[in-house]
Amino acid sequence: MTSRPIRVLMAKPGLDGHDVGVKVVCRALMDAGMEVIYTGLRSSPAAIAAAAADEDPDVVGLSVLSGAHLPLAAKVVDELAKLQVDGVLLLAGGNIPAQDHDALRQLGFGGIFPTGSPLDEIVGYIEQEVPR
Amino acid sequence: MSSREPDRVEWESGLEVKVVYGPEDVTGSGGDAGIGRPGEYPFTRGIHPSMYRSRPFTMRQYSGFGTAAETHERFLFLIEQGNTGLNVAFDLPTQCGLDSDDPMAEGEVGRVGMAVDSLADMEEAFADIPLNEITVSLTINGAAVPILAMYFAMARKRDYDLATLRGNSQNDILKEFIGRGTWIFPVEASIKLVGDTIEYCAQNAPRYSPVSVCGYHIRESGATPAQEMAYGLAIARAYLDHSLERGLDANRVARGLTFNFDVFGNLWEQVCKFRAGRRLWAKILKEQYGVTDPKAMHMRMIAGGGGGGLTIEQPENNIMRGAYYALASALSGTQTMALCSYDEAYTIPTEHAAKLSLRTMQLLVHEVGLADTVDPLAGSYFIETMTNEMEAEMVRLMSKLDAEGGIVAAVAEGRIQAEVNRQAYERERRIAGGAVKKVGVNIYREEEAERAVAMHPYRREEADAQLDRLRAIRAGRDAAAVATALDELRAAAGEGRNVMPAAIDAVEAYATVGEVCAALRDVFGTYNEPILF
Repeated sequence: MTSRPIRVLMAKPGLDGHDVGVKVVCRALMDAGMEVIYTGLRSSPAAIAAAAADEDPDVVGLSVLSGAHLPLAAKVVDELAKLQVDGVLLLAGGNIPAQDHDALRQLGFGGIFPTGSPLDEIVGYIEQEVPR
Repeated sequence: MSSREPDRVEWESGLEVKVVYGPEDVTGSGGDAGIGRPGEYPFTRGIHPSMYRSRPFTMRQYSGFGTAAETHERFLFLIEQGNTGLNVAFDLPTQCGLDSDDPMAEGEVGRVGMAVDSLADMEEAFADIPLNEITVSLTINGAAVPILAMYFAMARKRDYDLATLRGNSQNDILKEFIGRGTWIFPVEASIKLVGDTIEYCAQNAPRYSPVSVCGYHIRESGATPAQEMAYGLAIARAYLDHSLERGLDANRVARGLTFNFDVFGNLWEQVCKFRAGRRLWAKILKEQYGVTDPKAMHMRMIAGGGGGGLTIEQPENNIMRGAYYALASALSGTQTMALCSYDEAYTIPTEHAAKLSLRTMQLLVHEVGLADTVDPLAGSYFIETMTNEMEAEMVRLMSKLDAEGGIVAAVAEGRIQAEVNRQAYERERRIAGGAVKKVGVNIYREEEAERAVAMHPYRREEADAQLDRLRAIRAGRDAAAVATALDELRAAAGEGRNVMPAAIDAVEAYATVGEVCAALRDVFGTYNEPILF
């Protein structure tokens, strides 16, 4: 088994400027020994996919609080497929109501962490799901 | 009875609270000379002599939905319900200076507020609303130039004298770099554009407040209450300094500055934050800027319950939280109050939730006597001591910031952002560990079924209708006039002139928000966000 730390790409797709949560999660993942790349605000789905292709992450996490998570998540999945980025664990976080969780799972999002999710739960989920 | 030592109590701002306070604590913390009288320098007790006895705080809820037509209906409803001011929310494309047909706007048009592409949208939203009677607060920052230009163009077309307009735009770009994130241009250019709006208003719309300095979002991003006030005042000073460099009068500029602060957490800490901040701002203006007009020294503010204290768990608890936050705001002498609604932790407030917030504020005025007398907590050994200590802490934080190169550099380099985010993270960890208690979250928690919440619906057809409207505007306007106006705007920006006159002409010719911002980006470029942990 490799001792390479888990690599996580965290991104804010769309125009939503609420970045407290995503940066707090970045810190929690870094504290847990993961390598974190954060793309900053207003990343386009294509830019997120390109970053994923460059950085070879184990995990891609999206944070959306504007309510536009479904269209944005779908576009990111499309762009990842275009660049043949596969085998990454997809996570979604932010203002995501329960009624949208199934739709996100169908898009391939394994972990869904609405606002208020304990940080340890997010860390634990990644550690459990990423093959080591 | 237990004889054990009481637990240590410390506020978020780092001040320790004693079990009992007496006159010696007031003396030891700096004395009572700074308390003064309401309406008199240094305004610790409020900016008006009779405060709510003469006029209760304005109640202004944040609102704005989808299209201009829908927003217009909502405004009429709010006015009928007793709101005396309107607080306008714009959708994210508008806030980021993009038109509704920009690829980045897809899925966001009209979602979190009103979509504005052209002057036609503003004209529809404000139809029949007397612009000289209702105070309108425009929550716009990065795209403040085109939106303010539209507001003034609309007023001009409706034959209002700009000098009669009251209200404000948020237009505090420095805090957008710290939290909220609707920046467009690089830091220095952004401050220059804020300066343009300040100068334009000082010369043409003197009763309109072009900038509302927001400690609010800095606090929401993780700042302590003392940092919220200290960084807010540092930002206000940055705009003032810039304006003075342009040759504007400090008295005039200071009169146009208003403030927007957050209320959540410890009740007493909030009250002392406001009393200390109001006093410190007056002292800074008088002692450092030579301001002589007492009205210019007034910290006029909107303060109210912030989202940061609300929880998704047991959301009905947020109704009670909101009531306490409103109480704290009223005890702090705010001029305008807005209250986050109980469902705001997970959605745009429903009409029902927004009404409960309004009723919460009305209850304070009409049922429980918050308007009876001015600054009722004044003279309390505890409150006066802690007001003194809060002021000293704010002075310390501002001096530290100055020693490290000032607020503009700290923001441009991402240092403040990293500092407050680290604090947000540490607070999250303390909540998880139980050191910071949140009812319904880490104490008195209940198992809650995942509930499907009532989300403000996103209607694709409305976004499509907005796109049709935008296309119709583009097709129907005088294209040559728009191109000329935008060229003139680029020229004004490039030559360092005030861009507002050219921006007003451009939007009057129905140039769009996206086109105006693109013209300015051609000259100023785009902000490159520093990522610093």
